[in-house]
Amino acid sequence: MGGAAAGAVPMDGHDFALWEKRVDALMILGSGKGHFTVDGLRRALEDMGEPAFESMSYYERWIAAINQNLIEAGVYSLEELGEKMAEVDARGETYAAAQGISE
Amino acid sequence: MPHDHHDHLSPSGHPYRQDNDSGLTYWQTMEIAVRELLVEKGEVTASQIADQISAMDERSPANGAAVVARAWTDPDFKARLMDNASDASREMGFDIGPMHLVAVENTAEVHNLIVCTLCSCYPRNLLGLPPDWYKTREYRSRAVREPRAVLREFGVELANGVQVRVHDSTADMRYIVLPARPAGTEGMDAEALAALVSRDSMIGTGLPRTPSST
Amino acid sequence: MTRAPGSAVKIRALSPPGHIRTPHYLRGKSGIVERVLGRFKNPEQLAYALPAPKRVLYRVRFTMQEVWGETAEAPNDTLDAEIYEHWLEDA
Repeated sequence: MGGAAAGAVPMDGHDFALWEKRVDALMILGSGKGHFTVDGLRRALEDMGEPAFESMSYYERWIAAINQNLIEAGVYSLEELGEKMAEVDARGETYAAAQGISE
Repeated sequence: MPHDHHDHLSPSGHPYRQDNDSGLTYWQTMEIAVRELLVEKGEVTASQIADQISAMDERSPANGAAVVARAWTDPDFKARLMDNASDASREMGFDIGPMHLVAVENTAEVHNLIVCTLCSCYPRNLLGLPPDWYKTREYRSRAVREPRAVLREFGVELANGVQVRVHDSTADMRYIVLPARPAGTEGMDAEALAALVSRDSMIGTGLPRTPSST
Repeated sequence: MTRAPGSAVKIRALSPPGHIRTPHYLRGKSGIVERVLGRFKNPEQLAYALPAPKRVLYRVRFTMQEVWGETAEAPNDTLDAEIYEHWLEDA
């Protein structure tokens, strides 16, 4: 996007939510384990295309890219992911309620 | 992107993003699922994740400010910083991991500005996570094309004759600006000087505070 | 052969699809090697989880005049970017 026309730089900031910090930590730990590189994450981010940049927040895009790379690396299967997401979703209505019992 | 959570302000006055107390989103569900799968498969432990979050939380612009203030007061250190900013940062005790850091110096002739047009590369292992604006389309698009207009939005007015030098962090290096030491700081020690060094002054979108403004 | 600082270079004007760390706005533009940064694994292979031989990485300096032409905000301002050796040709 370097050089493209764009409006004023938004100066709003926000404090990172716990789930965002966890995404950041998973990025560092996952690449440290050799399951993906930062380049692999960037490739997945770019492949999501422009619509994702408009519709998803920064860490939403990053967890999608981390997941894509972990699937490609064979760390877990789509079937395992689907089952786990369904299980998490059934736990409760809020992020706090959806945490596993080990939290 | 949704930025409409201003009804929940944090102690810093910034809005929180959706968190524990609002409805579970699809991507939060995915984060929980990915994290639990990694733990169940023995790839990471919950404590490693917590430790990593703590390590990143402990990194802040104060680390960079200490490096800058040392460079202002110790010419030999400044020479080492300009030669290899990673080693100079480690010498001060900062754990910056494998980051390759390059320091670029503001002078009476040159003002440096850092951007990453391709993603959001930032010297996070020294300064902590980047500010939101650094990651926006607007900053990434315009900093390389109209840096002076961007600087004016940040309130930075450059003296006549100052050349702007933009650095696009396109690959493996990360950059930190060594701001010019403000006038009127003669005799101040490194600790007092560090208090003048803002985060933005190390990105190039700001200048150090002056003693009278603190 | 490693290019020495001060060498005139031109960024190759190629546009294959995929993950590339050479910004589009610099392709086809000429600059000067500001410094040699060392050898790093090629991100174009790392991005696809392939074996990635190291390539020389340079910091190349461009004038805003060269990058943006007549629409440059200040023609003599400069821009530095990191460019891998296989994206450089003699200017």
